[in-house]
Amino acid sequence: MSRKAGSIRVRSELAVPLMAVVVGLLFGALAMILTGTNPIRAYAALIRGCFGSRADLSETSVYVTPLIFTGLSIAVAYKAGLFNIGAEGQLIVGMVASAIVGVAGAGLPRIIHLPLTLASGMLAGALWAFVPGILKAKFGVHEVVNSIMMNYIALYLSHYLVTGPIKDPNIAAPYSREIANTAKLTRFFGGFGSSYRFNSGLLIAIAAALLVYYILYRTTLGYEIRAVGHNPDAARYAGISVARSVTLSMMLAGGMSGLAGAVQVCGIQYKFLDLFAFEGFGFDGIAVALVAKGHPLAVLGSASLFGILQRGSQMMQGIAHVPKQVAGIVQAVVVFMVAAEGLIEGWLRIPVLSKAFGHRAGKEEDVR
Amino acid sequence: MKRVLVLILAVALVAGLTVSGSTQRPPKVGIVFDIGGLGDQSFNDSAYVGLKRLEKELGAQITYMESKTPSDYEPNLASLAREGYDVVWGIGFLMADAIKKVASQFPNTRFGIIDSEFTDEEYAALGNILGVVYKEHEGSFLVGVLAALTTKTDKVGFVGGMQFAVIEKFEAGFKAGVWKTNPNIDILTNYTGSFDDPAKGKTVATSMFRQGADVVFHAAGATGIGVIEAAAELGKWAIGVDSNQAHLAPKNVLNSMIKRVDIGVFEGTKMLLEPDFKAHTMVMGIAEDGVGMVTDLSNNASLSAIAKAQEWAEKIKSGEYVVPETPPAKAADLQ
Repeated sequence: MSRKAGSIRVRSELAVPLMAVVVGLLFGALAMILTGTNPIRAYAALIRGCFGSRADLSETSVYVTPLIFTGLSIAVAYKAGLFNIGAEGQLIVGMVASAIVGVAGAGLPRIIHLPLTLASGMLAGALWAFVPGILKAKFGVHEVVNSIMMNYIALYLSHYLVTGPIKDPNIAAPYSREIANTAKLTRFFGGFGSSYRFNSGLLIAIAAALLVYYILYRTTLGYEIRAVGHNPDAARYAGISVARSVTLSMMLAGGMSGLAGAVQVCGIQYKFLDLFAFEGFGFDGIAVALVAKGHPLAVLGSASLFGILQRGSQMMQGIAHVPKQVAGIVQAVVVFMVAAEGLIEGWLRIPVLSKAFGHRAGKEEDVR
Repeated sequence: MKRVLVLILAVALVAGLTVSGSTQRPPKVGIVFDIGGLGDQSFNDSAYVGLKRLEKELGAQITYMESKTPSDYEPNLASLAREGYDVVWGIGFLMADAIKKVASQFPNTRFGIIDSEFTDEEYAALGNILGVVYKEHEGSFLVGVLAALTTKTDKVGFVGGMQFAVIEKFEAGFKAGVWKTNPNIDILTNYTGSFDDPAKGKTVATSMFRQGADVVFHAAGATGIGVIEAAAELGKWAIGVDSNQAHLAPKNVLNSMIKRVDIGVFEGTKMLLEPDFKAHTMVMGIAEDGVGMVTDLSNNASLSAIAKAQEWAEKIKSGEYVVPETPPAKAADLQ
């Protein structure tokens, strides 16, 4: 394929999500007008709140990071034809495991303690995903039902632990003890107590995206996972162990979500705070993976988009008094538009739009 | 020459604006809610009432942010501080840790937190935080008295959300109020483990009513809405919490234990705006009008019961009786 054709393909692949974002923002503006807020002021607040200063940029990165991991988690499972709705629970056990190891390993040198703490979160997530994975592989039990149940087990288990065994006895609120400094990720501006929470977790997330891309597209395991996702029967006929691919892809997915939790603890919170409800990173990860069409590198872009909307929705509320529900509407419309791909493809055939988004109608090709 | 003149004028104008702005500008007050958010008909909504009152009476410029996850607490508090808010509130004890961190990062902003207090060393080190705590046990005692004087079956119930020390204060006060009035009353207790599950609240309360209880007090946030529903369906009494919840079932809400989060936010903000503010804990009990019961027309308890509860309120106010903060196991345990 010539370079030119390649760039056109990339542009046309970008056209649908970009259009979806534009339409989402327009619908959001409509919702704001209907609820009596000024959309221009609101979007100005969104932009200023996300990019206005070093502090804002730093916080935006904090919102993007976990979404990269959970987006990757959903994407990996999706490649094997699985729907990992359990990312939420895997993230929770990842947080709890890191919070425990981060405290228990005090005294170890940082070069051992920090990787160990991150690995424990990753492992916990992988084990949590192993259960629905193996049940699916061996007994054909649907992974969606199982992983939803695993989410609740994780939520209530974490609540039990943080109000009892791992609770910090010196604080009234249900928090675990603060992890040792040797288990904390580096904050780039100032030390561990800095108000700029931008930390090396983002770099780990980007590395994870590259790793997942490498595994999926450059290794035998990745090939097998994708083959199983395309057609399990054909894969089996070709001599691929479907059970192995299903289980391993779930564990890889769980590992990514677990790492999300570990990075939240080691980079942001330094302890596990009791959750009263699911935080939503896992569920938002579904939207991230969907907008990225399951591609690990595209997850970086779509996670940034959703991270910006998350942070932006808080800032729109704080600065421009936009109800948080309106930001939810924008997100929902974006996901809806990406899901309704055919609809947008249709709009992109309209000459003006097709020119604007560089889309060549009727020449769609799936190279994967 | 003309250009220079314009420049000088412009500078003077800007300087004039800033100077007059810094002396006369209205205070900016922001609230960060925890994951419950607005619309809970009780705790958070009450804080918002306080915020609106600041806008109306002090001309304050106000805003609020609802947190989606516990990791939002810090950035939300910090964002309002960066936006130049003079006073920033955290509503709910879950934000204690975040407030402490952010207060040390923004020493020129003043912070308040509802339902949490800090040690004297922490206050001395930070200097810019106000902890507001309520004597929920005192208010709960009063509705306990009402429950005891209303029950015909000599059996009442308590439904809690998650079992934290804060929620146990409600249970403690309620039990003390009931047993101080009639030690022979049987009290059923259940913690549902959640603040956001009306269905669970309804199941638990229905079971209590089936077991013969006829008055149930809840301290369970939105879970308690189910308790009130159960009472309405079975024709029994429920007692509301935090705000006056009579509107949820006017004929079946006996009374409500009122916790004036709005007064905490309002009075607390005034304190925090004082130039010579000193970090400390503000305790809101019956004496401070921080907690109490409903005495307006929405009350369904008998006037004699209200009168009796008011007698107790006086005793508590004067210090003659001290309500326990930890739940008594049986009537005989009470002083």
